[in-house]
Amino acid sequence: MSLITYREALNQALREEMRRDERVFLIGEEVAYYQGAFKVSKGFLEEFGPRRVVDTPITEAGFTGVGIGAALAGLRPVIEMMTFNFAILALDQIVNNAAKIRYMSGGQLSVPIVIRGPGSAAHQLAAQHSQSLEAWFCHVPGLKVIMPATPKDAKGLLKSAIRDENPVIFIEAQLLYATKGDVPDGEYMIPIGQAEVKRGGRDVTIIAYSKMLLLALEAAEELAKEGISIEVVDPRTLKPLDAETILRSVRKTNRVVIVEEGWRFSGMGAQIAEVIYAEAMDSLDGPIIRVAGREVPIPYAKNLEQAAIPDKARIIQGVKQAMYL
Amino acid sequence: MMDPELLIQFYKRMFLIRRFEERSAEQYALGKIGGFCHLYIGEEAVAVGAIAALGEEDYVLSAYRDHGHCLAKGADPKKVMAELFGRATGLCKGKGGSMHLVDRARNFLGGYAIVGGHLPLAAGVAFALKYQSKDQVVLCFFGEGAVPTGICHESLNMAALWKLPIIFLCENNRYGMGTPVERASAIYNIVQVASAYDMPKDSFNGMDVIQVYEHVKAAVEMVRIKQVPIFLEAKTYRFMGHSMSDPAHGHYRTKKEVDEAKKLDPIPSLKQHLIRNNILTESQVQAIEKEVQGIVQEAVEFADASPEPPLGSLEEDLYV
Repeated sequence: MSLITYREALNQALREEMRRDERVFLIGEEVAYYQGAFKVSKGFLEEFGPRRVVDTPITEAGFTGVGIGAALAGLRPVIEMMTFNFAILALDQIVNNAAKIRYMSGGQLSVPIVIRGPGSAAHQLAAQHSQSLEAWFCHVPGLKVIMPATPKDAKGLLKSAIRDENPVIFIEAQLLYATKGDVPDGEYMIPIGQAEVKRGGRDVTIIAYSKMLLLALEAAEELAKEGISIEVVDPRTLKPLDAETILRSVRKTNRVVIVEEGWRFSGMGAQIAEVIYAEAMDSLDGPIIRVAGREVPIPYAKNLEQAAIPDKARIIQGVKQAMYL
Repeated sequence: MMDPELLIQFYKRMFLIRRFEERSAEQYALGKIGGFCHLYIGEEAVAVGAIAALGEEDYVLSAYRDHGHCLAKGADPKKVMAELFGRATGLCKGKGGSMHLVDRARNFLGGYAIVGGHLPLAAGVAFALKYQSKDQVVLCFFGEGAVPTGICHESLNMAALWKLPIIFLCENNRYGMGTPVERASAIYNIVQVASAYDMPKDSFNGMDVIQVYEHVKAAVEMVRIKQVPIFLEAKTYRFMGHSMSDPAHGHYRTKKEVDEAKKLDPIPSLKQHLIRNNILTESQVQAIEKEVQGIVQEAVEFADASPEPPLGSLEEDLYV
C-alpha cells in the first residue's frame, strides 16, 4: 500500500493505461503544456508527447465530438472536461452521439470513450462552476456513470473505464484531488457497477458518493460517540447501480439516509430511493430520508454556499430523523 | 476524357438512387415507411460523383438525408430499404431508420440527424487516421444549413489546426428546410467560410456528376498527399420537399423555381452525354434502367417480406 492523493491516483491510472495501450490518448483543454487545469496529467506531455496528449481550443462540443469520432475509428480517447459544468456545452455530442451510436447502428459501431473531470462545488466558485450534474447523465440510456470518492476507487475505476467498450462519464471533484488514501501497490482494477460498504453498522444505512461519502463517514464517526451505529454504502458507480449491495444493507439496518450534493428534485437520491422502495419496502422501519442540495444555483457568498449543499450537521440531522430521535 | 465505364457506373448509381427514392416516397405514402423521410431526389450527382472519387477504404459520414450517400458507398439496397421499413433485416436491424443508416463494412459511419452534430465526428475519424498513420481520408457531407452552427465552425477550426485528412463537402441545396441560405447565413457564398480557417476550398456545379467527380477527385488526392483538410461546396437543388411531410413547392419557393431547377436534372443530362458521345445507345440506357428498376423492386419486396425486429431485441445493442 502507498498513501497517495486522489490526483496522483488518477495520474497513475491514466499513465498505466497509456503505457499499456497505444490507442489510449488524452484530449482536452490545458491537458498538455499546462499539465492539466488540476494537474491530473502532470508529466504526460513529457512522457507521451503531443500526439497522445492533445491540447484543444476551448470547444467542448467540438473536441468531445472529435473524441467520439476517433473512438469510432478504433482509438480509445480519454476526454478531459476542465470541469463538468462545461460538459453542458457538449451534451449534444454526449447524449445524441456517444450514448446512441451503438444502438442506432444496430450494434455495428461502438464508442469506447471516457469523459472525465471534476464536478460539484469547491470553494466559492459561484453558480456556473459548482454544479453536480450526475443525474443528467444517469438519465441517458447508453452511458455509464462513475463517481469515485477515494484514491483507491479513483484509480481502479478509471482503469476499468478506459478498458470498457462503452462511453463512460467519470466525475471527480475538485475538493477530492488533494485528499489522500491508501492505494494498493501494483496494478489492480475495480469493476464498474460494484458498490462498497465503506463502514459497517447496524442502525442506519447512509448511502453517499463522491465528496459526500467523506462527510457521511465523518458523520458516522460522530454518531458512534452517541452510540448510533451507521453503515455507509458508497455506490461508486451510479449507472449501472449496484442495487444488490444497497438492498443488503437496507435489509440489515431497516433505515436509510441518502446523501447527494446535487439538487433534490429529480436527483440521484430519488432514483436510489425508488430502487429501495420497489425492492425492500417491507424492510423499512420508516421513510427514506434524503439529504440533498438546496433548490438554488450555488451562490458565491461563503455562508450561502455552505447552506446550499449538505454538510455533516444536516447528515446527522437526517440520521436522527430516520431514527425518529 | 472520362473513362466510359465509369460514366456508365455513374448512371447506374444515380438512377438507382433516383428510383430508390421514388419507391421510398411511394412506400411512405402506403404507410410502410414511417417517421421523417428526407429524399435525395435532384442531388444524386453529388453523392455519386464524390464517393466515386474515394477509395473503398475511405470513410463517409452524412446527415439525415443519407439514403443516397449510403447507396453510393455500396450498401445493399435491400438492407437499406428494409431499414426504412423498420425491419430486422435492415442495415441497423430496424433501430436506426431513414436518418441513421450505417454500413460499417463499407466504412459508411452514418446517418446523423442533429444539424451539424456529425461534423466533429468526421473530424475525429480523420484524427484517428492521422494518429494511426493510415492513408485513408474522410468525406463528410452536410447541408448549407449546417454551416451557421457553432459546431461546424469548431470542427473546421480543429481540422485545419491539426491538419486532418478530411473533405468537408457542403451540399448547398439552397434551403435549410424552408429557409433560404440568404436568410440564414451572413455569407451567401458559403465556401468563403473556409477562408476563416485558412483552409483550401473549391466550389462547383453539383448538378453535373462529371464536374463533381473531377473536383472531388482532385480534392481527395490533395488531402491524401498533403494531409490537410479541404472545404468543398457542391451547388445543388432538391426537387422534393424538405421531408415527406413537405410539398415540393409552397410558401417558401415557387413551382416556377422548382421547374427551372429540374431543367438541370443531373440524370437526363448524363443520359444525353452518354448517348451523344456514343458510349451507350438509347436501348442500352433503357436496359440499365430496367435492370435498376428490378433491383429496387427486389429491395421493396425484400423489405416487405422481412420480419419486424423481435421485441426481445429492444434492449440489445445498447451496451457492449
